[in-house]
Amino acid sequence: MNRRPWFLFTVLCFGFAFFYVPILSMIVYSFNESRLATVWGGFSTKWYVSLLSNRQVGAALVLSLKIAVISASIATILGTLAGIALARFTRFRGRLLFSGLVTAPLVMPEVITGISSLMLFILMADWIGWPGQRGFTTITLAHITFSMVFVTTIVQARMIQSDRAIEEAAMDLGSRPWQVMWDITLPTIFPAILSGWLLAFTISLDDVVITSFTTGPGNTTLPLLIWSKVKLGVTPDINALATLTVLAVGTGVVIAGIILNRAERRRVLDERMAYRSND
Amino acid sequence: MTGASAPFLRIEGVSKTFGTFQAVRDVSLTITKGEIFALLGGSGCGKTTLLRMLAGFEEPSAGRIFLDGQDMTGVPPWERPVHMMFQSYALFPHMTVEKNVGYGLKHERMSAPERADRVRAMLDLVQLTPFAQRKPHQISGGQRQRVALARALARQPKLLLLDEPLAALDKKLREHTQFELMSIQERTGVTFIVVTHDQEEAMTLADRIAVMDRGQVQQVGPPGEVYEHPASRFVANFLGSITQFEATVTAVNGTRARLSVPAFAAEVETGTLPGLAVGEKLTLGLRPEKVALQRDPPDAANVLSGEVKDLAYFGKDSLYRVILPGGGLMSVHAVNARRGGDARPDWHDRVWLSFEPAAAILLRE
Ligand SMILES: Nc1ncnc2c1ncn2[C@@H]1O[C@H](COP(=O)(O)OP(=O)(O)OP(=O)(O)O)[C@@H](O)[C@H]1O
Ligand SMILES: [Mg+2]
Repeated sequence: MNRRPWFLFTVLCFGFAFFYVPILSMIVYSFNESRLATVWGGFSTKWYVSLLSNRQVGAALVLSLKIAVISASIATILGTLAGIALARFTRFRGRLLFSGLVTAPLVMPEVITGISSLMLFILMADWIGWPGQRGFTTITLAHITFSMVFVTTIVQARMIQSDRAIEEAAMDLGSRPWQVMWDITLPTIFPAILSGWLLAFTISLDDVVITSFTTGPGNTTLPLLIWSKVKLGVTPDINALATLTVLAVGTGVVIAGIILNRAERRRVLDERMAYRSND
Repeated sequence: MTGASAPFLRIEGVSKTFGTFQAVRDVSLTITKGEIFALLGGSGCGKTTLLRMLAGFEEPSAGRIFLDGQDMTGVPPWERPVHMMFQSYALFPHMTVEKNVGYGLKHERMSAPERADRVRAMLDLVQLTPFAQRKPHQISGGQRQRVALARALARQPKLLLLDEPLAALDKKLREHTQFELMSIQERTGVTFIVVTHDQEEAMTLADRIAVMDRGQVQQVGPPGEVYEHPASRFVANFLGSITQFEATVTAVNGTRARLSVPAFAAEVETGTLPGLAVGEKLTLGLRPEKVALQRDPPDAANVLSGEVKDLAYFGKDSLYRVILPGGGLMSVHAVNARRGGDARPDWHDRVWLSFEPAAAILLRE
């Protein structure tokens, strides 16, 4: 009995170390005075200062944020609708196909998604003359398609747990279905929608593969910039940049987790109260 | 029930099939305005399904529903003047008690002060005014139940459907709330259809009861009638308890009949049924409280002797199980009117049972 927790604990430590030591060392070296990435030359924040004055990095960051905000917002709207449809309308024609189509990108290799998006854009440009040039719009569209899946999954899971009767009660009291969705469904699943948005935002913010397929000349997002710089060798300013990215992505994921967790605790509490007959 | 007896709700031959399973079979009922009508039946007999068809959440597979003379076929739930109180209460978790109660009113053409007045009156009716600003998870189960009731009543529906309204409450609160429900119904005059699987609740609340079994209505009538004159063995068993014996008719004479009961090894005198014939086989039912139990042979129409086999003491009364000469077991309820245990028959005592001819329930099947 005593051995197993010890063994598990060791495995856990190795696992965490495997994931986080590289990131940790990157963060440490981003404060390195020395220009050589592998030699410690003392503490300094000069790479962060030089980042701030780097126009190229600034432009990439703005582009990344713009794409992330817009694609996450559109993906959240579409993903929420799909999630509600999948959870509520359990018997429409082609539901299985629809649910398969919606969730396939979840397991599809990103390279495939990237290539197929690229092919589509090329074909479309041939046939209807749009998009004339790949860049902001095409990257955003591609991001929407694959981040929407995560929103759908989160919303669908939340919808399945929620009590159908409260929607019927609203209908019974005179509300049409769209009104019920606005008054009842959306407010009750709002935490799930919010965390879906955050997830979509972070996924878009740190994507390299799909972005590199769908981008055009002059449109470099932050992850692409890091990627291209790394090819010339790891320098401390890249460490600093990556550290900031990790910080942003980490914050997003943690906030999404907290929102979902708190909503879940609240729901469990509500349910327990509902079954407690008297106080 | 006031004098008005025009059918207010007419259910005509309604059936509901899920796939190949018939949840409701050919149900026909008429319900009067201002009535409390109870749907009583075991789990899964189709009570909720019938209510959901009245509310408009399910379309009948066959048959039609008329409310106040209007055919309800194809009318969606949000256009029906029918409100439902859900078994789970289904309160909106993100709204305060006040907002919950007022939710339906936003579809009414009324000014904001009028609306606020109505909400206040409803909260008053269910005595929840101090809790107006709380969220549903901040109030107790009984209070939640009253919010659900106030919310369903706020738009002044013509018909209120209550699906096991008291199931989530404990026994004491339930009894209290039953009377509260009845007084609210009296004050508002709204027609109530109450679903329940608790026979006592149905008898207490309702003007009339419909007993359902496997999707079919077995019997409809006032509680007293259904209890005293059950139409089938199922109804007799479901409402209260009853002991049943196989019997054969040996004589019919006007309003009296004689039955030979093998379990008694004797003949007994009973009332009769229309068209009862000598030689007919039927079931004789006796309710435990209609049989008298004594230590000495009484002077009565039907007297049987037996031996106490089982006895359960409940305080105010006792339930005896008496074995009869023919091997039958009769249940008898005896009120413990006298204090002190000596006079009470005990295990293995010889006792005498008697019952009136009119107390015997004859059941054909
Ligand atoms: N949507 C559905 N699809 C298939 N079968 C259903 C559906 N709804 C109800 N049923 C079946 O119909 C039967 C009647 O269900 P219903 O909910 O009306 O029972 P009930 O009388 O309300 O029971 P309870 O007292 O347990 O609430 C049950 O056997 C149930 O399994
Ligand atoms: Mg039910």
